[in-house]
Amino acid sequence: MTSLFEYAPAPESRSIVDIRPSYGLFVDGEFVDGTGTPLKTVNPATEEVLSEVATGSEEDVDRAVRAARRAFVKTWGPMRPADRGKYLFRIARLLQERAREFAVLETLDNGKPIRESRDVDVPLAAAHFFYHAGWADKLEHAGLGPAPRPLGVAGQVIPWNFPLLMLAWKVAPALATGNTVVLKPAETTPLTALLFAEICQQADLPPGVVNIVTGAGETGRAVISHPDVDKVAFTGSTEVGRSIARAVAGTEKRLTLELGGKAANIVFDDAPIDQAVEGIVRGIFFNQGHVCCAGSRLLVQESVHDEVVASLQRRIGTLRVGDPMDKNTDLGAINSAEQLARIRELAAFGETEGATCWQPEGELPDRGFWFKPTVFTDVSPAHRIARDEVFGPVLSVMTFRTPDEAVAKANNTTYGLSAGIWSEKGSRILKVTDQLRAGVVWANTFNEFDPTSPFGGYKQSGYGREGGRQGLAAYLSSGDQK
Amino acid sequence: MSDRLAVRKTYKLYLGGAFPRSESGRTYEVHDTRGHFLANAAWASRKDGRDAVVAARSAFGKWSGATAYNRGQVLYRVAEVMEGRAAQFTEEVAAGEGLSTAKARAAVDAAIDRWVWYAGWTDKLAAVLGSTNPVAGPYFGFSVPEPTGVVAVLAPQRSSLLGLVSVLAPVLAAGNTAVVVTSKERPLPAITLGEVLATSDVPGGVVNLLTGDAAEIGPWLAEHADVDAIDLAGAPAPLAMELERSAAGTIKRVLRTPAEEPDWTADPGLSRLRPFLETKSVWHPIGV
Amino acid sequence: MTHVLDPNALADTSSGTGTLPDPFADVTRSNDAFRAFLHGLPGVDQVGAEARAKVLGTRSIKTTAKAWAIDTAISMVDLTTLEGSDTPGKVRALAAKARRPDPTDPSCPAVAAVCVYGDLAGVAQEALAGTGINVAAVATAFPSGRASREVKLADVRDAVANGADEIDMVIDRGAFLTGRYLDVFEEIVAVKEACGSAHLKVILETGELVTLDAVRRASWLAMLAGGDFIKTSTGKVSPAATLPVCLVMLEAVRDFRTATGRQVGVKPAGGIRTTKDAVKHLVLINETVGSDWLSPDWFRFGASSLLNDLLLQRQKLRTGHYSGPDHVSVD
Repeated sequence: MTSLFEYAPAPESRSIVDIRPSYGLFVDGEFVDGTGTPLKTVNPATEEVLSEVATGSEEDVDRAVRAARRAFVKTWGPMRPADRGKYLFRIARLLQERAREFAVLETLDNGKPIRESRDVDVPLAAAHFFYHAGWADKLEHAGLGPAPRPLGVAGQVIPWNFPLLMLAWKVAPALATGNTVVLKPAETTPLTALLFAEICQQADLPPGVVNIVTGAGETGRAVISHPDVDKVAFTGSTEVGRSIARAVAGTEKRLTLELGGKAANIVFDDAPIDQAVEGIVRGIFFNQGHVCCAGSRLLVQESVHDEVVASLQRRIGTLRVGDPMDKNTDLGAINSAEQLARIRELAAFGETEGATCWQPEGELPDRGFWFKPTVFTDVSPAHRIARDEVFGPVLSVMTFRTPDEAVAKANNTTYGLSAGIWSEKGSRILKVTDQLRAGVVWANTFNEFDPTSPFGGYKQSGYGREGGRQGLAAYLSSGDQK
Repeated sequence: MSDRLAVRKTYKLYLGGAFPRSESGRTYEVHDTRGHFLANAAWASRKDGRDAVVAARSAFGKWSGATAYNRGQVLYRVAEVMEGRAAQFTEEVAAGEGLSTAKARAAVDAAIDRWVWYAGWTDKLAAVLGSTNPVAGPYFGFSVPEPTGVVAVLAPQRSSLLGLVSVLAPVLAAGNTAVVVTSKERPLPAITLGEVLATSDVPGGVVNLLTGDAAEIGPWLAEHADVDAIDLAGAPAPLAMELERSAAGTIKRVLRTPAEEPDWTADPGLSRLRPFLETKSVWHPIGV
Repeated sequence: MTHVLDPNALADTSSGTGTLPDPFADVTRSNDAFRAFLHGLPGVDQVGAEARAKVLGTRSIKTTAKAWAIDTAISMVDLTTLEGSDTPGKVRALAAKARRPDPTDPSCPAVAAVCVYGDLAGVAQEALAGTGINVAAVATAFPSGRASREVKLADVRDAVANGADEIDMVIDRGAFLTGRYLDVFEEIVAVKEACGSAHLKVILETGELVTLDAVRRASWLAMLAGGDFIKTSTGKVSPAATLPVCLVMLEAVRDFRTATGRQVGVKPAGGIRTTKDAVKHLVLINETVGSDWLSPDWFRFGASSLLNDLLLQRQKLRTGHYSGPDHVSVD
């Protein structure tokens, strides 16, 4: 259907970023060559190769860990806490100053809409540094005893869905608590982490405090299994999380995991329907559904099922899918061919298992990795699309009749990262919120994040929290902890 | 000295609020530190472990849903009832651990006091570990600690009562339910504790005590998909590593243990509460 | 409770004055019944509605889309003067501007209507004769609405007699806020009848209703009573038109058409001063109700200074350089 009001292309200019043809590893304050076979990173919206990025070998990782250890012992550890805080404030400001650059680069490398990288990823990343900066000289008030101590060197492995934001979630608390880090960005999205390395240089952060070692799974394994790493933090799939937990078993390494999810978004018949529909859309189509806390299971009270689905479909019809660099794009590219294949496979299961698939009209670009926003109705809790994490723009709709049934269905998953509830009745919201086994519950909203709000999972969605006072515990040892 | 012949106690499992024998029919001899026969204890099997997990899971909703005040009173009641049976505990601890009566009595007193200490924690945890979150937007945000779920506890091997209470009480105070594998060589105080729990308003299934071998039952519990966390206090180092590795398969929370059994008289702080608490963060818009 | 949004409730009968559309035939049988109906409409979460409006406000409208939007916005303007100091001369000047907003460029569209007090409707009608531009008159003891019903109806009849094509009435906010919904409803029905063939725009004065829940209820009340347009504000109360309010009203007309088959127009008024504001509203229409509302028949801007900013932006697009206030006429 053509509209009277077609928006002309409004592309963000990419001239603000200067992508180098190749990047090394960031170790001990400078860029160095990696000894592994370099990786090519592509723009998933066009399949254009953006740059060649070094792969860190075991030996490179060892160098990075030694640099981090030196910095921990010689500079960062002994530094006045207030000064550590000031470095983090500097980083926060530098991120704000160069926000546009980060946003453009993130969108090019990741495929997410520029509107999201500009309005969500980058501002939140800066906010995380600003928030944690203030903690650096107040840790004795964090509830972890009178003199909590840093753990040492943190090995951190992050995913491709929010490359810069996940870096901030990991690096900011680690540094604020006096640890040094070796960070491994995701294989398909290394560029903003490498730009962040430049920020560290501009901030005059002492060498070795932050080390960034790019590469794929092997590099990540080297980071988490390095014997001189004291703390491992991982965000990614539950499958990899299991192998990491296995790898650190029997060591002294402390571990936090932020893994997959299959969140229920529960809509009661007294919900503010228009906002609920917005929340459903935001819950599953934000960042192409590449969100561990995505509201991928919609549970609608039977009495409003038809009207909610109709409203939802009408609303999805207005989503603008396409060029991530266009400021009006709502849904960008799938991050990689591999992820696209997985989404296609699971969506195909949905149809063979008997669910009804709906997608809006419209063309997808010829090049790049794309998947239309998709809604499955007539989904049974036994279907794979109701149980497996798709990590893509695919929503499964189920119904319930009573609050008890809603809670039972919502909790019927091995995951427990997040959940949503929509109702205008306060007491019901509080009751259901209490019964949901999930680490984040959004009531009458969805996919909101803030550095002051601890984030993390129940069950097989992982353990440990990121953000808030509670998040500091992952990087500190206190008198009452072994 | 009376010439009355004593009535001996049969030591069984404590499972789902009842005292069954092991489904396997097995028992093993328990001796004091000088090798004298004390009793035959039930030798729990993996199937007893499985049944215990079912009991603990079904008890979880009610126990975790009870008010913190109520849980605190129940745990305090445990201390009250233990106090009345202090002599019996003292005798069992003295025999099992080879302590003088005075030292055994001190351990019993410390164990009772530990219940009192944790009883007082139930309604403080939310204030101490929770928060309101000043998010940068029109939302009310708060975080609350919530129990993890079913916790498998491998109780310390040496300290048969104080050690046991030190690992069990925090699991309960946090609102979890427990499947405990007791000290293998020194299981008798655990079963007497079961009798105390059974008469202290602790609902059946909240605590399940299995006498037997951690090396035999532990692996099943570490792999069990319906166990949310495991405390490795009573697992020796090689076993502990194997169990931690198994627990990774279902992303269990694992409380590791130092190579040497710690001094259980030390102030535990929050160290045994935090590992079995989750944090739930809640958001709601603020509007008219 | 939410059957009004049921997509299957579409009735093919479109209603005239006095009869309620099919699915709602009995909702006004008593004030209690009407209250139950209005309070049974889905609630509006203020934060969610504001967030949605804000995201739509970030749409980037450039080049050809911007040119289309500016011309469309000009064609939707109800060029308004509602001052105690208004005179026939002022109204004639406004009418001249309404016909040819940009005298240097004949391709510039005319506005939709000129909006004046009822006593000056005749002057406006004379000045606009044969142009196709409508005369809108405010009535019903505008802006407060604090007069007896007889006086209000007389006000309406007078304006219509003076040549008004459109009547902009105000609802009785006092009655609405105390829950006397049926009184408000009946008054609108009476005014609609007094309008005869004139179109009726019902001003909700959303700045006095305060909550978006109340805006949704008042919108439905006005539509059920036969209003041809629902309008946000008099322009005399702050806040006047805001994007979240307009969003909720657009959702209401969308749902009402789905339920009854009858389309109702929307008019934000007051506080819309810049091209940017106007374009944001067009985006709001486009992505909430779609093209069916993207015409002056179904959407109006009640504004005075907005037109000049639209003209300045239009000149900028045409000439490629920025213009200044002396290049558009002073009203």
